[in-house]
Amino acid sequence: MVERMLVQGNEAVGWGALNAGCDGFFGYPITPQNEIPEWFSREFPKRGKVFVQSQSELGSINMLYGGAAAGFRVMTSTSSPGWGLMQEGMSHIVAAELPCVVVLVQRGGPGAGSVRHAQMDYLSATRGGGQGGYKNIVLAPASVQEVHDLVQLAFYLADKYCNPVVVLSDGIMGLIGESLEIKIIDFGPLPEKTWAMRGRERQKDGIARMIHSAPGVAPSRGYMNYLTWLEHMDKKYRQMADSEVRYEMYQADDAKLLVVAYGYPSRVSKEAVKMARARGLKVGLVRPITLWPFPIQVIRDKAELGCRFLVVEDSLGQMVDDVRMAVQGRVDVGFLGVQGRHLPTDGGMILPGRVLEEIRRFL
Amino acid sequence: MNGEAIKKERVAAVFVRTVPPQICPGCQYWTLGRIFAEVLQELDIYGKTIGIVGVGCHGNAVSVLNIDSMLSAHGRAPDTATAIKRLRPDAIVFTIQGDGDCIAIGAGAFIGALTRAERLTIIMCNNANYGTTGGQLAPTTLMGQITSTTPGGRGTTGNDGYPTHTAELAAIFKGVAYSARGAINTPANYQRTKGYIKTAFRKQMEGVGFSFVEVLSNCPPNWHLSPLESLKWIEEKMISEFPLGEFKNVDRIE
Repeated sequence: MVERMLVQGNEAVGWGALNAGCDGFFGYPITPQNEIPEWFSREFPKRGKVFVQSQSELGSINMLYGGAAAGFRVMTSTSSPGWGLMQEGMSHIVAAELPCVVVLVQRGGPGAGSVRHAQMDYLSATRGGGQGGYKNIVLAPASVQEVHDLVQLAFYLADKYCNPVVVLSDGIMGLIGESLEIKIIDFGPLPEKTWAMRGRERQKDGIARMIHSAPGVAPSRGYMNYLTWLEHMDKKYRQMADSEVRYEMYQADDAKLLVVAYGYPSRVSKEAVKMARARGLKVGLVRPITLWPFPIQVIRDKAELGCRFLVVEDSLGQMVDDVRMAVQGRVDVGFLGVQGRHLPTDGGMILPGRVLEEIRRFL
Repeated sequence: MNGEAIKKERVAAVFVRTVPPQICPGCQYWTLGRIFAEVLQELDIYGKTIGIVGVGCHGNAVSVLNIDSMLSAHGRAPDTATAIKRLRPDAIVFTIQGDGDCIAIGAGAFIGALTRAERLTIIMCNNANYGTTGGQLAPTTLMGQITSTTPGGRGTTGNDGYPTHTAELAAIFKGVAYSARGAINTPANYQRTKGYIKTAFRKQMEGVGFSFVEVLSNCPPNWHLSPLESLKWIEEKMISEFPLGEFKNVDRIE
């Protein structure tokens, strides 16, 4: 029997984590993602799982560092100012090669910005925002169902690569209510976490484990010096970039213009594409599901056929740089950003009519 | 083998050097490592103990132990330890942190763990300066003490504040079962401090609450003293500012 319920995007995070076998959630209140820690505080302790309200986002991310090092599936959620605080911890977790999941429900920035929807953390999420430079997979859901499904995928990919995975949501994806089919998704087997700390007597080989984020100071995971470790990480990042690109194409086959959008603007843009098609305009949509690795190749292939692009994102322009890099100057890349909102206040949204207007101007 | 020989052999099983030595001549952190080895052996918990190391020289006291361990981010060891203890409650989880790690950069994490009454044991080494980075002002630096960032002595030229008393601070939190301060500058103090650390681990084993031990320790190169002079400096200067003893010891928190 398929279980369906009407839930918010933020609550779908919880159901997805539960179906992924998440062991512990560590979070700190911040708008607009408070429904996530509230869900875990309600649903996790009664199932014998761990919920901790941390003293700050610094606390949350370092709790993930510990929980992941002990071999558990752990996650946190936050919004943009909290994401800023987590950068140091993200870098340590990457350096220690540990799996965990961070759900980032973006709000407006910079600074305290606004408490409502925006897409202004694309660059810090996709470019390794903390010290030292690193890569992590970023998944962008565009429906409540996809929030639930991608949280499960995030846990799988984190374990597969021993690297944190970010699920990049936004204030609108977090708060809309949609029908959700609760299901466990099987992604296949994963290697045993033989590196995890359990207490020496629980280690099958009886050898004590040491986990650290200073590969330049002491050998890490068997890599005896800093350069061999860096080469190993480079190989791992390349493997992710080669194997994990995900995207959705809509009405793209004969399109002369492709709108590129993720998260809530991709829903808006799909609507605009339908309106444009009804008017006989050859327009389609590319929706990146992984923001890193970015679907460079599919965009480059379309550019080589002469297809032009319009990027719609709720910021002053961040993902648009990736699209420009993908097309390498072959064709025009238009941009509709936060200036296209229907209101000048923090409640303003980019609406389908405005995207259509931009499509018509561009074609 | 007589009893003493057996004891020595068993301690040796815990006390194994797993990383290259990174301490200065006369440093007491291996002495502290020896205390950990004895205590974990005597309580028979070394097989299920997980040690979290902060950032600083004190890590040497754990890296010589043959136990599962990890290095946390600077100041965040209480957070890292919190998750491990919550997810694996039957493990014995402790952190070792310096004064700067624990009560300067890590004050928020430390107070957070105290507030939540985590069943953790935190050992804080107080050597009155930042030893790893070359002897700068720490929260625990004594008044008038010369460091590389208080060249005229703490409090003589600017507003450098006053020494922080972490063991007394921890004792005022309701969720704390045990808080003490010891030194390891004499054989008698070594034995007493070993007793404090043992009691602290016992409080965690019995699930009473948070346990904390501050250990006064030397830093000969940054104090610009010989190892022997540094032990005398602890006796004469540090102990009068940081009194030794137990500040809280309860068997139940209601």
